[in-house]
Amino acid sequence: MSVGLARRRLLTRRVRRAGLNLLGLLVALITLFPIFWMVSTAFKPATEWYTLTPHPLPSHPTLGNFRAVIDGSVIGLPYWNFLKNSLFVTVVSVVASSLIALLAAIALARFRFRFRSTYLVMLLIVQMLPQQALVIALFIDFRSLNLLDSLVGLILVYTAFALPVTIWMLRNFVAAVPRELEEAAAIDGAGPMKAFWRILLPLVAPGLVATSVFAFVFAYNEFIFALTFLGTDTAKFTLPIYVQYFYGRNGANWGAIMAASTLFTIPVLVFFLLVQRRLRAGLIAGAVKG
Amino acid sequence: MVRTVSGRPGSVDSSAGSPSGAPPDFLGFPGFLGFRGFRRRWARFVRRHRLAPYLLILPSAAVIAALVIWPTVQIAEFSFQNYGLPQLTGSSPTQWVGLANYAQILHDPEFWLSLRLSVLSAVVMVPLTLVIGTLVGLLLSRLGRKMAAFVSSVSILAWATPAVSASVIFVWLATPDGGVVDWFLSKLPAWLGGGAHWAGFSWTNAALPAYTLATAVVVWLGFPFIAVSVLAGLRTIPTELFESARVDGGGPWTIFWRVTYPLLRPIFQVLFLLSVIWDFGVFTQVFIIIGELGQRDEYNLGIYEYATAFQLPPAYGVASALAFILTIILLIITVGYVRASVREGALT
Repeated sequence: MSVGLARRRLLTRRVRRAGLNLLGLLVALITLFPIFWMVSTAFKPATEWYTLTPHPLPSHPTLGNFRAVIDGSVIGLPYWNFLKNSLFVTVVSVVASSLIALLAAIALARFRFRFRSTYLVMLLIVQMLPQQALVIALFIDFRSLNLLDSLVGLILVYTAFALPVTIWMLRNFVAAVPRELEEAAAIDGAGPMKAFWRILLPLVAPGLVATSVFAFVFAYNEFIFALTFLGTDTAKFTLPIYVQYFYGRNGANWGAIMAASTLFTIPVLVFFLLVQRRLRAGLIAGAVKG
Repeated sequence: MVRTVSGRPGSVDSSAGSPSGAPPDFLGFPGFLGFRGFRRRWARFVRRHRLAPYLLILPSAAVIAALVIWPTVQIAEFSFQNYGLPQLTGSSPTQWVGLANYAQILHDPEFWLSLRLSVLSAVVMVPLTLVIGTLVGLLLSRLGRKMAAFVSSVSILAWATPAVSASVIFVWLATPDGGVVDWFLSKLPAWLGGGAHWAGFSWTNAALPAYTLATAVVVWLGFPFIAVSVLAGLRTIPTELFESARVDGGGPWTIFWRVTYPLLRPIFQVLFLLSVIWDFGVFTQVFIIIGELGQRDEYNLGIYEYATAFQLPPAYGVASALAFILTIILLIITVGYVRASVREGALT
């Protein structure tokens, strides 16, 4: 092969790589743009929301929008109230669904029993039932149980609706733990409970983290049930319906709407960026069957 | 190791080779008297009847049955009743009305309009999400390590953004006065469809623009999941296959349809069915974009059902019939999804 040909081939490879990188950058920029615009608007004073030519960055950045959201001067209640509601509902339902799912996952990964496949198929189907359909019956049931306008009702629903996915995910993680480890522990005289605490649980922990993240995102973002159950009691609102309510009542106050939406969204995004590497490793480990 | 804990109930794993036989009974201490005795008997009972898996399944089964399956049954039941506000408050009893609710729906032009919007929007959203997601997945697989990590991190941000935030942001981007989208379109050259007529264009006043905007939100939120799944699938294909296809003179198009697609077919099947289920039932994005329940001609099936149930006067019976129809449609698609998953060996 002549030197010229080799060089040309190297050149085309470089050009192709540059082109691909450019394309990647373009995809990243387009994807990031809505989030960027939200944050940028949140820092803009009212005079800069509507301009003939949009400016990407605020020329006179202000914290006024955030202040209005946090001290609650726009809808009467401070942001913290809604953050507290959301975190309470989310954390309790994530813990509950993870614990319940772990038990089921152990059964599905470690035992062969009647109805095992039936149960798995049932989970797949249940996961697909439309929430806007079930919300009618749950609304009527919760009304008679006095669970409307109550965060407890939401916790129950979020726990139940997170279960199918968390069980499926955790099942793969449990199955990935070699059975031999538990058998060795049993031979060494550890009872099943001890084997669980000392061996299975530590090894499944990354899987628990991964599934918790999914349950967390589901509960933190959930809209239909919160909208329906917490209809009248503003103080009980979780963040998604707070943002929607805020937007519905302050039609033109885009700075404050974007500030509220930023305060709702950015924590999740930061959280995701922090855990994503571990998450992806966990997901891959979970997908590999033992 | 010495056996330190004795008499623990052997309820977790009967196949793990736990020492056979129950721990010895204490003479003179009938088991049913003390707590330890009870636990031991219970453990033996569980082991003898192989109850452990059922006990472990029980909590999840109970929660799902009470909060997911029972409401589904109730929806079916209400759909044959005259359930409304008087029945909710108990001032008059519920009555069976047979198929009256369904008959009313079938003669209701709003039902057909909303069904058409649901079908049409899914027909546009699903292929668009799949194609863009697949293209990004293919791009990710060919990028260098750092660039791929960067692009996939950014995509994860879009995926993790709450639907409520995404919808509100896109409404702001497309707001008629001062929105970036109208500004951009008005600056675009005419041969690309741009022009001054875009200035002040409202994206939420009619069904077509509103659903175009909803499609943008759905695609933006949905493509990262497709991209990451396709990328994970691509990683399982040996690179030699692509190399030999390239040596044989295959272009990217041929290679995708002759090598990649056939090998990733099961993944694409599952992604397709999942997208259909999600996009046919899309609620939050449309609800926010059309401005809650204001504009009836912009309802899709899910929103029409919701409005029937929760707008005054509430008609829970009719809404349940609509909900049941929606559920049945989604269940039919789900059957395909389950079969595809089972074929992929998901149950083993």
